[in-house]
Amino acid sequence: MKLLTHNLLSSHVRGVGPRGFPLRLQATEVRINPVEFNPDFVARMIPKVEWAALLEAADTVPKGPIEGYEHDEKFLRQMHHVLLEVDVLEGTLQCPESGRLFPISRGIPNMLLSDEETET
Amino acid sequence: MALSCTLNRYLLLMAQEHLEFRLPEIKSLLSLFGGQFISSQETYGKSPFWILSIPSEDIARNLMKRTVCAKSIFELWGHGKSPEELYNSLKNYPVEKMVPFLHSDSTYKIKIHTFNKTLTQEEKVKRIDALEFLPFEGKVNLKKPQHIFSVLEDYGLDPNCIPENPHNIYFGRWIADGQRELIESYSVKKRHFIGNTSMDAGLSFIMANHGKVKENDIVFDPFVGTGGLLIASAHFGAYVYGTDIDYNTVHGLGKASRKNQKWRGPDENIRANLRQYGLEKYYLDVLVSDASKPSWRKGTYFDAIITDPPYGIRESTRRTGSQKEIPKGMEKCPESHVPVSLSYHLSDMFFDLLNFAAETLVLGGRLVYWLPVYTPEYTEEMVPWHPCLKLISNCEQKLSSHTSRRLITMEKVKKFENLFQG
Repeated sequence: MKLLTHNLLSSHVRGVGPRGFPLRLQATEVRINPVEFNPDFVARMIPKVEWAALLEAADTVPKGPIEGYEHDEKFLRQMHHVLLEVDVLEGTLQCPESGRLFPISRGIPNMLLSDEETET
Repeated sequence: MALSCTLNRYLLLMAQEHLEFRLPEIKSLLSLFGGQFISSQETYGKSPFWILSIPSEDIARNLMKRTVCAKSIFELWGHGKSPEELYNSLKNYPVEKMVPFLHSDSTYKIKIHTFNKTLTQEEKVKRIDALEFLPFEGKVNLKKPQHIFSVLEDYGLDPNCIPENPHNIYFGRWIADGQRELIESYSVKKRHFIGNTSMDAGLSFIMANHGKVKENDIVFDPFVGTGGLLIASAHFGAYVYGTDIDYNTVHGLGKASRKNQKWRGPDENIRANLRQYGLEKYYLDVLVSDASKPSWRKGTYFDAIITDPPYGIRESTRRTGSQKEIPKGMEKCPESHVPVSLSYHLSDMFFDLLNFAAETLVLGGRLVYWLPVYTPEYTEEMVPWHPCLKLISNCEQKLSSHTSRRLITMEKVKKFENLFQG
């Protein structure tokens, strides 16, 4: 699971609503997976990123988008690495409100809940 | 200033399959490249010859880099219902537009194409000779000419009734071919990882085109299966997400769909499918998730949602259900699977899908999905609607005498406001 994905996921446990984001990430196995750098794609993603959630999930992240980031290759390469190359293979995502754990195995999160656990 | 003066006319030679899907594909692609669909023809129906006005050759070339419905495009210099009409039409085509392609330093060749009829070599040569009145000054080069000109003769669509004379004759400068070879190169027959309902390659590219997928988009398939629809979007430069309720399919485990193969091998998963075509860099993630209970946070971050939901016919339609509703004898799935037993009422599924699309698509983003139909009872009112989504096209593909499915394309035209706070 990439950190870009973590940034878009939220818990949908019943009653939790917007407090289900961001999920707390506990990674037990991480792989760095080289991905071809595409500055245009990274620049497009920057406005969509919830920065506080990204800072919680990753160590070395710039504090926020800098002005003129669209043309700052150093910044974009850093963001590219954090968002797309850090791959969580095993671990858990925890709902910050209910504590419910969603497992990640073989790089794939399992977000399934039973009917009682989910929002109506 | 009359608009028509600045638009050139082009002839599209269309492939004769997926007839209803062709016009929406061309319209979607023209709008993607800043053009608009302008034509003097009322309808195209079954004909493979379409005359359009396009603002520039660049837009025409971009169109051909994407379309799987069109075989070729020509800059139209003349046409008519008889050779005489054609020649008159050519004499009326502005010479200054011809000259750049006919001057003495250039090389060219002329091809004769006939549709629904075969001509002898002698007959073809006669037709080429009849065009001598055109101001060709360059040299003929049959192997690698700089410019190719084509005469296209339309003898109708009925192979049992071939007329003596063509209904229409067209003359144009060949510009480019479409992407129909993708259908063979991405054929499901050669793909490493397939499922019982993997989408035919041609249709998956049509879907990506109806969805106006472009480079650097994020495309999502909430019923991803083996990822076939993602492949087409990735080929066009989009980054892709998929979810599916079936743990085994997402992980690439379990029984194989190929005849003669029992279990899936290690190279059979969605990521491997993209790798097979050199598209792995576009793989974002896949998740095990119930599309009726999505795990995405609030926000608009999908440029397109392109999907083939389960119809309950070939794949079972499922949704996670509460424990007490499981019928006796139903086994629990291992690990963190949830017992799946409720049948997901089809209309709920489309309501959820449209709502989800309205919430998470960017403004202008598209939802493209298949709607199963019981043909004798079908009416247009049955097509699901949503206040934020505008219906762009509805194309039928017959499956059997009583069933078909319709490819529905919708565009988000209005911001989503949560009317159901609670």
